[in-house]
Amino acid sequence: MGNVTQQFLQQIVNGLSLGSIYALIALGYTMVYGIIKLINFAHGDIMMVGAYVGWYATTVLHLSFLPALLIAMVVSAILGVLIERIAYKPLRNVIRIASLITAIGVSLFLEYGGMLLVSPQVRTYPPVFPSTIYNVGGIIIKYGDIVMVVTSIVLMISLHVIVQYSKIGKAMRAVSFDTEAALLMGINVNNTISATFAIGSGLAAAAGVLMGVYFNTIDPLMGIIPGLKAFVAAVLGGIGILPGAMVGGYFLGLTEAFVSGLGWSTWRDAVAFLILILVLIVKPSGLFGKNIREKV
Amino acid sequence: MRKVLSMATVALLSLSLVTGCGTTAAPNAPKAADVIKVGGDLELSGGTAAFGQAAEKAIKLAFEQQNAKGGVLSGKKLEYVSADNKSDAGESTVAATKLATQDKVVAILGPMTSGDTLAAAQVVADSKVPLITPTGTSDKVTIENGQVKPWIFRACFIDPFQGQVAANFTSDNLKFKKAALFIDQKGDYSKGLATSFEENFKKAGGEIVAKEQYVAGSDKDFRATLTRIKAANPEVVFVPGYYQEVGLILKQAREMGMNQVFLGGDGWGSPQLVDVAGKAALENTYYVNHGAIDDPGMAQFFKDFKAKYQSDPDTFAALGYDAANMLIKAIETAGSTDSEKLRIALESTKGFQGVSGVLTVDPKTHNPVKSAAILQFKDGKAVFMTKVNPK
Repeated sequence: MGNVTQQFLQQIVNGLSLGSIYALIALGYTMVYGIIKLINFAHGDIMMVGAYVGWYATTVLHLSFLPALLIAMVVSAILGVLIERIAYKPLRNVIRIASLITAIGVSLFLEYGGMLLVSPQVRTYPPVFPSTIYNVGGIIIKYGDIVMVVTSIVLMISLHVIVQYSKIGKAMRAVSFDTEAALLMGINVNNTISATFAIGSGLAAAAGVLMGVYFNTIDPLMGIIPGLKAFVAAVLGGIGILPGAMVGGYFLGLTEAFVSGLGWSTWRDAVAFLILILVLIVKPSGLFGKNIREKV
Repeated sequence: MRKVLSMATVALLSLSLVTGCGTTAAPNAPKAADVIKVGGDLELSGGTAAFGQAAEKAIKLAFEQQNAKGGVLSGKKLEYVSADNKSDAGESTVAATKLATQDKVVAILGPMTSGDTLAAAQVVADSKVPLITPTGTSDKVTIENGQVKPWIFRACFIDPFQGQVAANFTSDNLKFKKAALFIDQKGDYSKGLATSFEENFKKAGGEIVAKEQYVAGSDKDFRATLTRIKAANPEVVFVPGYYQEVGLILKQAREMGMNQVFLGGDGWGSPQLVDVAGKAALENTYYVNHGAIDDPGMAQFFKDFKAKYQSDPDTFAALGYDAANMLIKAIETAGSTDSEKLRIALESTKGFQGVSGVLTVDPKTHNPVKSAAILQFKDGKAVFMTKVNPK
């Protein structure tokens, strides 16, 4: 029976490292939704851009993991702000479906523009982490697993501190609570929204670099599936709620690991979307959401 | 005013006509009839781009060499027309249609993968253009409902043979009894190899202890499933996939402490496999291939390819080269580029000496009868180990 426990614990390790990626991307989805009620479908592709910037920083500029991560985050943050200013801002006060369709457009633009720019060729990341492997009672933990989980947790804690205690964080909470009232109180709503996009895109870029380093390969379409999965995670936790996105991300990662662990690997994606459908039917506001009636 | 305008237009138009005539009448330009156009429907970008790019280089080399020898059919030059199928079945159909109808090629070389070749099959049947795939190994490529597809040929052996070679190698050479399969559930190629491996391995007294699947193109994290395979404790894991996923699988498996022998088919054959998996993960792995680059029969081709491109050819280049030369030989035998004559000439190819081995086409199945090689990874390099002949 030791074998079964061992397999179980190994799947938890597998699920946690996958879950941290989903959690990081889901945070960006949820932040943007919380503040301007937009599902930013280009979010997964911003992650892809981050992965490429990280690749460039490590292979061409020969930087180590941390500076590469920071550069990727900064570049993607700027990209996120630009996308918001150019594509979403002009549509902020028209019907919501218009911005949603624009988001899909931006997503396709990044995917296929990326193909044109960097070629559809798959690229391999250089080994940035030492390939140390820890064997804890038969459970294999990679150095990369630890870096991945630690980086995600550090980023999530920083985000929490920013949102709860900083001035911009307070402004973000105010804007998400009531945009017009915040405006009347003298909050610069435009800057606040830009900041939200910057932070969310930066987190996505971090996820992209982690994914690139961890799975060793990147390509221009790499953002699609994780982007969709992170969207499921955000909805699962309750879209617009930060801790919800985190829990949703880890929950999804663990679920996928266990589905594959039971021998249903080909059902993995199906289960993720089945969860989305179930959540939408049973509790549309998500695990952490309160049922609030929409204002008419 | 209108009159002036229309006169000016007429003047301009006639002027352009005159210049147009001027270019066509240039004395040194070859007449259209002196050129034989051959198309390449190849994976120049996308997931299996490494295969198509290698083959295209080799095809260009073959045509260049033939043209330098004076071309074909007493003095006609071969012209290569390229089309990128982006490693996508839909795009492969588009590329084949463009080559057959727009460029009016006499034959098509490629695509490299079975799936992309199958996608082009209907187009070449409709437009009656012979197609030679260098490496489309699925048995379905040339046969449909027991009937041979008259216009499709190939320069390589087929998947059932490859799976059989892998199974016999496992039981006869490695003397293993317990195998696990890790299959790409989307790929005909992968499933075909796995089926014939399973059949032949069981026939030899072996046991399949685990049979797991992945989805090529979208899966990157294989650890959950590998944990499962590890628990089944096989002696050998057969992974009939393409280099990208195989690379990740090998890397993640070794990281999880799986020291088993890993075995695969010709889809492993790309330098990218080494980039993705890393040298260390490739120790103790073998794959079946069409030939080995360190095989003495390859020497001349190896030298020519390296001289032209400053890089080593791989087996995909070798098969692209063989497909091109098979076509050149067929054009000479047919004595014309008439599609029906060309088809018959290809069908009766016998004892063709390619760089990957001697090849004879079976007219009933269009499958070549030729040998396979087993390669072993040593320090990140695939080294020729043994040659297996068809039974």
